[in-house]
Amino acid sequence: MAEVTNQDLITLLSEKFGDKIIGVNEPYGLLTFETTKDVIIDVLKFLKESEVANFNFLTDITAVHYPEKRHGIAVVYHLHSMVKKIRIRIKVYIDSQNPSIPTATTVWNAANWMERETYDFFGVKFEGHPDLRRILNMDDLGVFPMLKQYPLEDPNRVDKKDEYFGR
Amino acid sequence: MSDINIVEAPPGIEGSGFFATSLDKVIGLARSHSLWPLPFATSCCGIEFMATMGSHYDFGRFGSERLSFSPRQADLLMVMGTIAKKMSPVLKQVYLQMAEPRWVIAVGACASSGGIFDTYSVLQGIDEIIPVDVYVPGCPPRPEAILDGFGKIQELVKNESSRRRNSDQYKEMLASYGIL
Repeated sequence: MAEVTNQDLITLLSEKFGDKIIGVNEPYGLLTFETTKDVIIDVLKFLKESEVANFNFLTDITAVHYPEKRHGIAVVYHLHSMVKKIRIRIKVYIDSQNPSIPTATTVWNAANWMERETYDFFGVKFEGHPDLRRILNMDDLGVFPMLKQYPLEDPNRVDKKDEYFGR
Repeated sequence: MSDINIVEAPPGIEGSGFFATSLDKVIGLARSHSLWPLPFATSCCGIEFMATMGSHYDFGRFGSERLSFSPRQADLLMVMGTIAKKMSPVLKQVYLQMAEPRWVIAVGACASSGGIFDTYSVLQGIDEIIPVDVYVPGCPPRPEAILDGFGKIQELVKNESSRRRNSDQYKEMLASYGIL
C-alpha cells in the first residue's frame, strides 16, 4: 500500500472542493486547512469515504475563541486514518454572535458527545444534532465558560481578596 | 501492657452508690465517643482518610470504628475532597438525608474553600451549600490533622445543649442555607 502524503491530500481536496479549501499549512508536519461551514460535512464525508485518504477515525471536535476576529469561533476537527497512518486538522471559522454549524453525527456517531462538549463550553449550535445539551457542566451554569468574556475564576471566592494580603 | 484510658466522667455529685449529673452531659459524653461518620471522599483527602482509618492511626480508637455508608444512620458528614458544582446537589441531598443531630467536617483546602481550584466549575467551599462545624486545613491534611479536627467535633458534641437543635438561632441558620 502506497504512502499518502500531505501534498496528495491537498491536491485531492482542491480538485473536489476548489477554492473552499483555504489556509493550507503544515505545522509540525500536521496538515491543517480551513474550509467553510456550508461544505464542512461534505469535506468530512469525502475524507472518510475516499479510498485515497480513508480517514476512518474522528479523533476530536473542539473549538477556539478568538474575540478579536470577526468570525471569532473556530470549530476544529481532528481526523485520523488508521489505514494510511496519517492525521489531518480542519478548521471552520464561524460567527461568534450566533455560532452554528451542521452536525457531524451524520458521518460519525462519535461526534455526538464531542459536539455536546463543544456546545457546553463554547455555545456552538450543531444543527441537526439528536440531543444537543450540556454534557460536563451543571445544567444551570448559564454561561459558556470557555468564551473569553467570562472570567475563569469563581466570583464567590473570598480567601484570595487583596485585603487579606495587605494589598 | 498498654495503659487503658477511660473517658473522665462529667462533673457531678458523687456519693456511695450514686452519681448525679445533668442529662446533657451524659448524652454528650456518650454521643461524642460513638460518632458514626459518613465519609464523602472525592479525592486525595479521601486517601488520607483511608490512612486515618488504617491500623497505624486507627480512627476506631475514638469510637468511630463503624463508618456509616447510609446517611440515615450517620452522625458526622466528613467531606473530603473537591466538590464540583455539578456534585453540590448530591452533597446537599446527603446532608438532608441525615437525621438530627448531625455534624459536618470539611477536610482539606478544597472542601473548605475550593483550594487550588479557583474556577467556574468548582464549589468554593462546601459552606456555600451546607453548614460546617469544623474545617481541617491542609492539601491534603495529614491523618494527625484529620484526627485533630475530629477531636474538635467531639468537643462540640460533648458540650452541645440538648435543646440547641430546637432553638430559633439554629433554625434560622438552617433557613439561611435554604433547608427546612
